Amino acid sequence: MTPAYDDLPALMTLMTGDEKHGASATSTLDVIWVLYDRVLRPEDRFLLSKGHGPMAYYAVLAAKGHITETDLRGFGGPDSILGHHPDRTLVPGVEIGSGSLGHGLGLAVGTALGQRLQGSHARTVVLLGDAELEEGSNAEAIQYAGRAGLNGLTAVVVDNSSASLGWPGGIARRFTVEGWSASDVDGRDHDTLERAFAAPGDSPHVVVAHVERKES
Amino acid sequence: MMDQRERFYGLLPQLLGDDERLVAVLAEIGAGYIDPGPVADRVINVGIREQLLVGVAGGLALTGLRPIVHTFAPFLIERPFEQVKLDLGHQDVGAVLVSAGGSYDWPEGGETHMGPRDVALLDTLEDWTVHVPGHPDEAESLLRAAAAADGRVYVRLSAGSNTQPLATDDRRMTVLRRGSRGTVVTVGPMADRTLAATEGLDVTVLYAATVRPFDGGTLRATLNAPDVVLVEPYLRDTSTPQISRALQGVRHRVLGLGVGQEELRRYGTRADHDALRGLDEAGLRRSITAFLA
Repeated sequence: MTPAYDDLPALMTLMTGDEKHGASATSTLDVIWVLYDRVLRPEDRFLLSKGHGPMAYYAVLAAKGHITETDLRGFGGPDSILGHHPDRTLVPGVEIGSGSLGHGLGLAVGTALGQRLQGSHARTVVLLGDAELEEGSNAEAIQYAGRAGLNGLTAVVVDNSSASLGWPGGIARRFTVEGWSASDVDGRDHDTLERAFAAPGDSPHVVVAHVERKES
Repeated sequence: MMDQRERFYGLLPQLLGDDERLVAVLAEIGAGYIDPGPVADRVINVGIREQLLVGVAGGLALTGLRPIVHTFAPFLIERPFEQVKLDLGHQDVGAVLVSAGGSYDWPEGGETHMGPRDVALLDTLEDWTVHVPGHPDEAESLLRAAAAADGRVYVRLSAGSNTQPLATDDRRMTVLRRGSRGTVVTVGPMADRTLAATEGLDVTVLYAATVRPFDGGTLRATLNAPDVVLVEPYLRDTSTPQISRALQGVRHRVLGLGVGQEELRRYGTRADHDALRGLDEAGLRRSITAFLA
């Protein structure tokens, strides 16, 4: 039987050994699940820019058949394909190697441009964290994607309020001022997330997915 | 004579026209000189955003396209170095990076636009092919080959050139002169002045327009007295480890000549800087003669 959302915690336990997982380990879980279960088509690409804390990502990849439970058990080991940051050359289904923050959005802009140039209607979805957004490289990518009208690009910022200096006025406006459309949603509500990821319009789109504050 | 950079700007639309896999990515530099014509959709100018310049290249490559990425050397290799490392190398994708400006093609512009550290920085990364053409014809031939390849290639264009193209098609070093008292390896635009500076010195002179991979085989095959002088147009001693590797097991001496690390804080012309840095004909002759004495 194909694993369902309720099976994800057990898959994460194979990696962490913990019976329960804190809010930060699962901050991206619902977003990634909704993307893989309801949004992404085979031709679409998902880029995990925030490569830190990838257990939720690996659990979804396992649930969707890209990797195995045996892979999960080896998490972080010397012969494992699964590191504490993902490597695209090792893990089936992983589009980019990430870990150093602020690289995924630029890669996603290039990916979306490449798809558009080749006449593809595939979507490129990239996941960032609210603290990761502090890296200045994101500003370059946000500005350019808006000017280029890259409507094949969707960014999702999982906001667990972990940016030390915060985002006065909110995250979405950093994108909308550059010509993106934006949805501010509950990052745990699957139906709301699915609607926020609905087919894009004429501009790049950002989904700001709010979850519980990161535990200190 | 049209210089290497002008040749590149003229060639780029042709390359893109011949191969739909190619996409040029610019960060303003060059955008005003390139006339893209029918391939305008594949000439992408991201504005003055060099991290994005290389990130976009990585993303394009992930979709199967081959990016040709261009700006001045310090803004292509130094400023976005982590993007070069991660968005290209770590993603295991290819790209052609084409720099202009060399080490000090615009000395009046001062330190901010000087790029002598590029090849040394790329040496810290895996699997980069590095071309340093010494003539516009060499630049064109190397750019065509780089565009048709798949890996990570850096083409370092310079304002200065030799009077004739000297490189061979097989990327091996060219034997410009044979002698018995040592070997001088000269790179790219340094060839003419190296030949002049070694006139009458009884040394072998080898010419390299491709420095990575380094052609240690030709160095070993032509070696006489194991004294080697390197004349490079970028940071001094950049290729000294390559010489050591090529001559492993052979007692030898190496003199590296090139651009020093010191910031001179001087303006002037290229000729002024060649002289200040001991890289004009007289300076080279002085250093090489003293080393071989």
